[in-house]
Amino acid sequence: MVFPGSNCDQDTYHVCKDVLEQECFYLWHKDHDLKNADCVILPGGFSYGDYLRSGAIAKFSPLMQELQDFAQKGGLVLGICNGFQVLLELGLLPGAMLRNKNLKFLCDHVYIKIENTQTPFSNRGERNHLLSIPIAHFDGNYYAPPETIEGIKRNEQIVYSYADVEGRITEEANVNGSIENIAGLTNEKRNVLGMMPHPERASESLLGSEDGRIIFESIILSLKQA
Amino acid sequence: MIDKKILEGHNLTEKEFERIVELIGKEPNITELGIFSLMWSEHCSYKSSKAHLIKLPTSGKHVIQGPGENAGIIDIGDGLAAVFKIESHNHPSYIEPYQGAATGVGGILRDIFTMGARPIALLDSLRFGSLSLPKNRAITEGVISGIAGYGNCMGVPTVGGEVYFNPCYSLNPLVNVFCLGICEKDAIFYAKAEGEGNPVLYVGSKTGRDGIHGATMASAEFGEDLERKRPNVQVGDPFKEKLLLEACLEVMNKDLIVGIQDMGAAGLTCSTTEMASKSNAGIEIDLDLVPKREEGMTPYEIMLSESQERMLLVAKKDKVKDVQDIFAKWDLDAVIIGQVTVDERLKVKFEGEIVVDIPVKAVVDLCPVYNREIKIPTYLNSANQLEIVPLPEDLNQTFLRLLSSPAIADKQWIYRQYDHMVQINTVLLPGADASVLRIKNKKMALAITLDGNSLYTYLDPRTGGKVAVAEACRNLACVGARPVGVTNCLNFGNPEKPEIMWQFKEALEGISEACQVFEIPVTGGNVSFYNDTEGESIYPSPVLGVVGLVPNIDKTVSPGFKNEGDLIFLIGKNQDELGGSEYLKFIWDMERGLPPQINLEEEKKAHGLCLEAIDLGLLCSAHDASEGGLAVCLAECVFLEENKIGCEIRLEEQIHEDALLFGESQSRIVVTVKPEDQEDFIKLAQNRNVQVSYIGITGGRDLVIYHHDKKIIDLPILDAFKVWKQAIPNIFKVE
Repeated sequence: MVFPGSNCDQDTYHVCKDVLEQECFYLWHKDHDLKNADCVILPGGFSYGDYLRSGAIAKFSPLMQELQDFAQKGGLVLGICNGFQVLLELGLLPGAMLRNKNLKFLCDHVYIKIENTQTPFSNRGERNHLLSIPIAHFDGNYYAPPETIEGIKRNEQIVYSYADVEGRITEEANVNGSIENIAGLTNEKRNVLGMMPHPERASESLLGSEDGRIIFESIILSLKQA
Repeated sequence: MIDKKILEGHNLTEKEFERIVELIGKEPNITELGIFSLMWSEHCSYKSSKAHLIKLPTSGKHVIQGPGENAGIIDIGDGLAAVFKIESHNHPSYIEPYQGAATGVGGILRDIFTMGARPIALLDSLRFGSLSLPKNRAITEGVISGIAGYGNCMGVPTVGGEVYFNPCYSLNPLVNVFCLGICEKDAIFYAKAEGEGNPVLYVGSKTGRDGIHGATMASAEFGEDLERKRPNVQVGDPFKEKLLLEACLEVMNKDLIVGIQDMGAAGLTCSTTEMASKSNAGIEIDLDLVPKREEGMTPYEIMLSESQERMLLVAKKDKVKDVQDIFAKWDLDAVIIGQVTVDERLKVKFEGEIVVDIPVKAVVDLCPVYNREIKIPTYLNSANQLEIVPLPEDLNQTFLRLLSSPAIADKQWIYRQYDHMVQINTVLLPGADASVLRIKNKKMALAITLDGNSLYTYLDPRTGGKVAVAEACRNLACVGARPVGVTNCLNFGNPEKPEIMWQFKEALEGISEACQVFEIPVTGGNVSFYNDTEGESIYPSPVLGVVGLVPNIDKTVSPGFKNEGDLIFLIGKNQDELGGSEYLKFIWDMERGLPPQINLEEEKKAHGLCLEAIDLGLLCSAHDASEGGLAVCLAECVFLEENKIGCEIRLEEQIHEDALLFGESQSRIVVTVKPEDQEDFIKLAQNRNVQVSYIGITGGRDLVIYHHDKKIIDLPILDAFKVWKQAIPNIFKVE
């Protein structure tokens, strides 16, 4: 999906199309047609400039009605970075984003640990495995009230969490200050994933890491199995 | 009536006014005067620099567009062109650091996509006052956030740059912003207004009162009335610009327009007159049709506004509807405000009356050119004298201190705030000698670096100019890139002072000579004069942006040591030079002596060796020695890889140990070679007649340097790394 202000749409397209050789196409936010997509990706960027809350205006895009229906019916939806923020605003995922704990934009390589492999976005990974993957955001400090967090943990909705190079979930590794070091989260039905790190930036060895491919390859695998 | 006071307010001299009257055959009204004052300002007209700028080499077989357009263009092969330029936004960044820097980024991005190229990388060269003063820290933080705020939102990665600190920038920071774009060679757009009756469209943000007189402000010294200048700074809207970028590229892609020009400095005035003048045409516009965001704006204000995120385009007559549809898709207005004429005049209507009627050539091309007086500054007599400083007792401690100098310390605290990876082309991240960007689905890649050492230039402008070019090309050589084009940003003080003009002339001639030796054309750039506040000038600060081509992306090399047991060679010679060094400045608080001398032919030979060795796959790493000398260079080789391999070095030269470790002799590159490749490498050096010396081996967890048999440096890597890594974050730590 392309919103005004999306800026990782072409990157994600490149990885899906040229690297993973999948059929893919752009969906324009003003349309009312998902064009029979098997999986919808909401890319990173600054939809509507993020001048209000990140993602707060994108949720009013015409295509959102179709996206809601699609998700309701179990369609796979991946929100990366700004896409994650949009999914939170839409209510497809619980919680909200705060400013990073150091109050600065952060662009860096981080490690995330795979917490749950029983999702369409992580089934190609191994539990507790570490992925080296970049982040680039201002508002990635995930927050939800304690009762919501309890539910999220009970349902094993945390798929990825920030870890150090040894795989420890520490405060220091928690770059943006997210509750429970949450880097990626699904809904209860596990067909919607939001994640702050950018898997499309870690899908080619030339760019330093191919670990991000696991997310896309998991999606491809689960679509094949379905 | 135009009187003396009005002229002063417009930074025009009486002579210039007389010339205007003569050229247009009447006394200008206030709006016409405003137009002349902008277009004849130093910022727009280059009236003090033109006489010297002609010395720069600007042609070459790969040059598609040299100076004079929005940006320079170089043919990089495979049907592609690289479009790039550097611009300064110094004055606004002092008055309002965030918006000043942000709109600087916005402006340079428009310069690139105006030509039909998609911007793929931003870099910036920054100079601030000493960080020990809270005010300078605030300016620094504001500028960095402004660059981040604009570039990140636009989705153009900020992939590198440089930053230095010196008290001379306390009241006049420098913010130079570079942008590189690429496009198909046969799909370049120019600022043309051709075809009588073709409609002139205004697109983008509405016009407000912001930025009125921005270009004139950038052409005068600052006094004590800075606070009053704040309304002269424009406010940026990167979201709007992102829409403008996508819409413009889409319109260009569909071949619907004749010409396009962004409204940057001097807004509507500059875009209308320049487009008309370049096409030997005229333009007629009606200000009542210009979208405005404020009530009651006068023609003067509308013509002089520097509101951001606006473009002027000339559409093909029968394609207006198509153009407007595309802009509507991106939620932008595209309004016809006038048309192209043949009378070579700018005619502006307002409320039914003609308020401007002047010949465009007079405005754009007939500004007086000044050959200003030059004089050697007297400060050099004492500044070039260098008394010998005692050798520090503990070189280890001195080395650690030097690693904490903000000029040398790790800059990640800064570039972590910039999205440096979006567009997924960034192969070498910030911190390497040059930034390397792949071109998707191509074998070749582009490399970019910005360089300029203003302390060298202060101590010897000619050498400073040469070194800036040489170091930039050396940085490119270290990643395996051959230089293909240069853009420069020349930041100097008040050109009406003969000493400043001398610095300018000397530095420019140095740059010119070096560009000729390296056979690289200058395709444009920017001159920023009047970097003076309250009578104090900045150091002469030329910044060179050089673009290089990596023939095979798989062969590019990065600076860090890769394996244990690799052999370390030094290309070039260590010499007994300390003048102008960061060591003298930071450890001894001395900005003195003569800068390191440079032999351009030797330099070029060193690059040739490095490049061929990379092509042949003989090098594991390459890094040039610059600020902080050989010792700092080696430390960076250790720090810049995640596994941080140490080294043991033996140096044999009979020179002072401080100069040996921290001197900044030019033309030196530290490379590592696998033991099995050493013979090939040495043979290659001999064939090319370049001096190389074996200086040590990689391995271990320490950085050890011997001079003859005496151990002069012995540091555990992690201790040194911590100092280097933490220095800048510590300065900005919130207490």
